[in-house]
Amino acid sequence: MSISHAPPQPAPDISGKESDRAPSPGPGPGARPELVALVPTSSRRARVPRWLRRTTGPLLLLGLWQLLSTTGVLTSDVLASPETIARVAGNLIEDGSLTSAMGVSLQRVAIGLLLGTLVGTGLALVSGLFRIGEDLVDASVQMLRTVPFVGLIPLFIIWFGIGEAPKVAIITLGVSFPLYLNVYAGIRGVDSQLIEAGESLGLSRWGLVRHVILPGALPGAMTGLRYSLGIAWLALVFAEQINADAGIGFLMVQARDFLRTDVIVVCLIVYAFLGLLADFVVRTLERLLLQWRPTFTGR
Amino acid sequence: MATDVHRPVTGTPHRGDTASQDTRGSADTTPAPPAAPPGTSDPTVVRVAGLTRAFDGRPVIDRLHLDVRAGEFVALLGRSGCGKSTLLRILAGLDRDIEGTALVPRRKAVAFQAPRLMPWKRVWRNVLLGLPGKPERGVAEHALEEVGLGHRAQAWPKTLSGGEAQRASLARALVREPDLLLLDEPFGALDALTRVKAQRLVDELWQRRGCAVLLVTHDVEEAVLLADRVLVMEDGVIAHEQRIDLPRPRDIADPRFAALRTGLLERLGVEAPPAPSTPPPKAA
Ligand SMILES: Nc1ncnc2c1ncn2[C@@H]1O[C@H](COP(=O)(O)OP(=O)(O)O)[C@@H](O)[C@H]1O
Ligand SMILES: [Mg+2]
Repeated sequence: MSISHAPPQPAPDISGKESDRAPSPGPGPGARPELVALVPTSSRRARVPRWLRRTTGPLLLLGLWQLLSTTGVLTSDVLASPETIARVAGNLIEDGSLTSAMGVSLQRVAIGLLLGTLVGTGLALVSGLFRIGEDLVDASVQMLRTVPFVGLIPLFIIWFGIGEAPKVAIITLGVSFPLYLNVYAGIRGVDSQLIEAGESLGLSRWGLVRHVILPGALPGAMTGLRYSLGIAWLALVFAEQINADAGIGFLMVQARDFLRTDVIVVCLIVYAFLGLLADFVVRTLERLLLQWRPTFTGR
Repeated sequence: MATDVHRPVTGTPHRGDTASQDTRGSADTTPAPPAAPPGTSDPTVVRVAGLTRAFDGRPVIDRLHLDVRAGEFVALLGRSGCGKSTLLRILAGLDRDIEGTALVPRRKAVAFQAPRLMPWKRVWRNVLLGLPGKPERGVAEHALEEVGLGHRAQAWPKTLSGGEAQRASLARALVREPDLLLLDEPFGALDALTRVKAQRLVDELWQRRGCAVLLVTHDVEEAVLLADRVLVMEDGVIAHEQRIDLPRPRDIADPRFAALRTGLLERLGVEAPPAPSTPPPKAA
């Protein structure tokens, strides 16, 4: 071994005698590291409240629209100005036609959403919890979900007539699939270690479902609900534009026949606001039900 | 509970009291185990005979025999992958794909390596999960206080530190008042300092509760520190058994402790670290 024959290179000087060493390149012992102050988040973050920040985007859009209308870039027969729209909306609310249409539409969505939630989560539970259920249900659902549900409207009219039934049925159908897929994925995504822990704690079969599997599937179910709400409004528009005699879609069809673009825009805005409301409901639900989640919540 | 009667003889709750334990003096001289039960009348809480568990035709546990007496603290050592967790899961009733006989008490509880708390339940609800009837929150709080976590009962599991979560999981096991407590490397993921504290806690709780404990571990020191009996698992069976007769609380610096540790390490196929008697050859 030749370890003892240490290379005759300049050994590190620890005598401390020579105070002014040759300036070493890089961050040697002589170079002082640059210090950076760490700014606390409270002073870095904007003080604007959250709801205000969320409304600025739409308000800016509105402002742009008004600007384009007043400068004449957007003519009124293409798109009425926000001012006009507001006036028309006021009139529609005054004579009660908008509010009653909204009531009818909301009721349709609510019933369709309820039925679709029951069907979607029910099927997801059957195929998520039981392997035999998966074998029986999953293949059929996967097959049916690729059929565009809008294409079924004529068939539904033949089957259910022209009353409320086909409209609710279309919404139900549209809502069921995203809920099914996400609840099913949520159930199957529950950590098997937690299931085992639940078993070791003596939970019954139903106890496991209630205390472990369903709460574990809740994030997935919320995602499904988001998709479902979006699809519910879409399905509503389609359903109401075909032989309806009430509802927002009917109002729009009527407006089209009278070439009232302003009324059409009012209806579209109503749809948008209902969508916003639905989003708010889901957000609130998530905040209440998923506060346990140790996930990234954004900065 | 009946198990209180069969508490280990040396398991004195007054740990600081080193004055008059004559069993300790005898342990110095005689090989007679002071930790041994007064008679063979101690009821058995685990009786395993001819147990076999195979994965895809490959037996991981192969005609294994194991008896654990009530109130006994048994540590199970073995190389990674030798089937310790598999055995523990079988005893916990989580794996029933077995041949042979395995008798375990109805009241048993498990703490795993990961705390496995339900993230969607606050700590106290986690502790009460699966208990029969409608237990009060106070029951959970009492169990949490026992592991020094009374102030965190209302917390979400995501806000607990690793050691806290592990203690909560221990409280969840203890609140079931088990006759057999199964621990699968419960300190494996803890940092060294927290681990020492957690080991002491388990020691204390065992002495207070008097339940039988089967502790799976890969840490020889931990096994010698806590157990009445150390088992070494190999090739699907208990290949070696070592009584630990040292008085409690045990001292790592005790030469007998070191001897037991070295013996077990050798048994596990780990050579004792080369003592400073073999310095690297110094070339001149
Ligand atoms: N579900 C399983 N399927 C197939 N092999 C398994 C399964 N669980 C454990 N094993 C195998 O059994 C052996 C023992 O595993 P385990 O009991 O977890 O070891 P350890 O002693 O480290 O706890 C390992 O070889 C592992 O690969
Ligand atoms: Mg293991």
